[in-house]
Amino acid sequence: MAYVAIADRDHEQEIHDPQTFITKYVWSQDHKVIAVQYSLTAIFVGVIALILSGMMRLQLAFPDSFSFIAPQDYYQFVTMHGMIMVIYLLTALFLGGFGNYLIPLMCGSRDMVFPYMNMLSYWVYLLSVIILLASFFVPGGPTGAGWTLYPPQSLSLGTPGSSWGILLMLISLVVFIVAFTMGGLNYVTTVLQARCKGMTLMRMPLSVWGIFTATVLGLLAFPALLVSGIMMTLDSLIGTSFFMPAALEAGVLNEHEGGSPILFQHLFWFFGHPEVYIVALPAFGLVSDILACHARKNIFGYRQMVWAIVAIGALSFIVWAHHMYVSGMDPYFGFFFATTTLIIAVPTAIKVYNWVLTLYQGDIHLRVPMLFCIGFIFTFIHGGLTGLFLGNVVVDLPLSDTYFVVGHFHMVMGVSPVLVVFASIYHWYPKITGRMFNDTLGKWHFWCTFIGAYSIYLPMHYLGILGVPRRYFSYGPTEFIPESAQAMNVGITYAALFVAAAQLLFFVNIFMSLRGKKSEPNPWGATTLEWLTPDHPPKHGNWGPELPVVYRWAYDYSVPGAAEDFIPQNQPAVAGAEGFDPEHPHD
Amino acid sequence: MSIFSTLAEKSWLTPSAVDDVQERGMGPAAKTALSMFMATLTSMFLLFAVGYRMRMAQPDWQPIDDPSLLWFNTALLVFAGLLMQAAKNAATGSHIKGVRNYLSMAGVLTLAFLVGQSAAWGELRDSGLYDPRNPAAAFFILLTGVHALHLVGGLLVWARATWRAWQGIEVKRIRLSVELCTVYWHFLLLVWLVFFTLLLLT
Repeated sequence: MAYVAIADRDHEQEIHDPQTFITKYVWSQDHKVIAVQYSLTAIFVGVIALILSGMMRLQLAFPDSFSFIAPQDYYQFVTMHGMIMVIYLLTALFLGGFGNYLIPLMCGSRDMVFPYMNMLSYWVYLLSVIILLASFFVPGGPTGAGWTLYPPQSLSLGTPGSSWGILLMLISLVVFIVAFTMGGLNYVTTVLQARCKGMTLMRMPLSVWGIFTATVLGLLAFPALLVSGIMMTLDSLIGTSFFMPAALEAGVLNEHEGGSPILFQHLFWFFGHPEVYIVALPAFGLVSDILACHARKNIFGYRQMVWAIVAIGALSFIVWAHHMYVSGMDPYFGFFFATTTLIIAVPTAIKVYNWVLTLYQGDIHLRVPMLFCIGFIFTFIHGGLTGLFLGNVVVDLPLSDTYFVVGHFHMVMGVSPVLVVFASIYHWYPKITGRMFNDTLGKWHFWCTFIGAYSIYLPMHYLGILGVPRRYFSYGPTEFIPESAQAMNVGITYAALFVAAAQLLFFVNIFMSLRGKKSEPNPWGATTLEWLTPDHPPKHGNWGPELPVVYRWAYDYSVPGAAEDFIPQNQPAVAGAEGFDPEHPHD
Repeated sequence: MSIFSTLAEKSWLTPSAVDDVQERGMGPAAKTALSMFMATLTSMFLLFAVGYRMRMAQPDWQPIDDPSLLWFNTALLVFAGLLMQAAKNAATGSHIKGVRNYLSMAGVLTLAFLVGQSAAWGELRDSGLYDPRNPAAAFFILLTGVHALHLVGGLLVWARATWRAWQGIEVKRIRLSVELCTVYWHFLLLVWLVFFTLLLLT
């Protein structure tokens, strides 16, 4: 029987499961399969980026010891590591992976509203990854301009990959943006149009709110990367001078004149800062749901949490120039952006307080997903506070381009979101696979990752305060860097290699558990709809013949008078039961 | 319900009973998706325009004479927009003949606009002013090119709708396509008018 897309409730009479292996697992239009495809591809490319970071650490700890790491290689590793982690791993995994899996299930829909476009989104994303990885095999190798791709360096002779490498990077980014736009339009429209009966916006779980808002940010911010990418491609290919000024390249005057590198920086960071929140907001949402579930307590301040997500999303568009304090821009401009940066800390802090207050007096179950979430609160507070340092112009100037910055952003948008990725994979693993993971391995994985990550990034702040600059291939003897700093670099490298190796625990656990013991349909006692599907794991179309109906918000945990310590969203209120009083339902 | 009152709902206080859940009326999903897509495009076109203004403000800016053909092309696109509107009105009134004719003519005029734009590129090249290093010339090519590419994308959807209209399909089955094409055409006309004004300002 032919594959019939299931877009919305109107097609209930036409549900046909895909019959062949190809339509079920390869050219699949099922959001759950697409989510797994997205996730596996993102994690695969993320592992490559992890290996690159290991090579960088080896060079920093033991300079001049490895013949296969030349200076140009080091810069290529830095660039590819950064770009892959931010765009091709985190953005793709949070939105393409978790967004795809959770939005239709949590909203009570059969699938995304445009399943065919959803499928295209994944395959175009895969194409962008292939183009990106192809740059390792072209003459000159991948670009070594740093993940920010600043001109004139990125297009100048002498920078690794300044011809083929940078072009492939730009083309890959443009293709990625096309893929993201197809997926993003789907996520937004599904949330707005395809929620089941009774699912008001304020009954949506915070995961959906986070992913939804991040997608809107992406749809409005990625165009800035597209614009700068197109203009830089033209500078490279047909000799325009949008960004490239006249300059000497390897002693020869180039063929450009009058381009504005600062214009590129503005465009790049107009995308780049919302990008931080494109990664962070889904993480905020996912953490909120997992914390409430494993603390058996409703999320503290649900409305504030929703408003904070929306406020952070809006404010993220007016803070971009705090990445450019040392670019020579007008000091008053810096004053404005320092102010907005401090303001965005307010809704962010509200979220942190609310997570902690959710834990307060909760019935905390320290299961693996919960451990990762609590770890996230630590690393996020840490990275957030150092962000306040760097948001102030006078503090930023001496710390700019030092390891303090590397420590900060790895804490806030490296370690923190990755801890949430692990928390979410462990939390929803039983739903995705129908099996339960190995708890002991999961706990070992958490402690090795958490303590290991701190051992990597905490000392980096100290190196930064010493003034050790980032992006250097090797340091050699200097006046201001004591020899002990090198000892610390060695220590950091050992920690980094340890953390990288510890991820094997995760992969072993995830793959071995596919044959592990079967899980209950709702092993954590969660309230949200994805745990209430008639089939476990859910089948194509998610809900069988009848769509669910939602009667309550997503956080009815430990309600006094209720039979169990959670009430699912699809359970109607009954007067007299669960001590029900519409005015004071929790008394 | 306004967005503010929606976001102010205290959902923890209001669990519903069985008969207490309302079905929501929803428009077509494609309409919502197109609105969001146009927001994305607005962000992109706006950033091109901002980049252009920022570059213009620098002291080494050398303006170029915009090809006079642009006025004629603009008129073509305005008429194409009007015909699209007429096609939409015909679709609303279920006049299949009107839909066919107006839709076809709108597409032909749009194609003529694209041919005109490429002729304008030729006019610029032949004037001897074209030098890719001159930012005014480079931005001219960039802005007109990006706009034209989006019209080409629209024409693909238009071609499908027009083909179906001539196949004798019921009007109600292409009404949404015609309506969305019309909205998209008006949007790209507005973008072009803003770009054209910007180009004239130099």
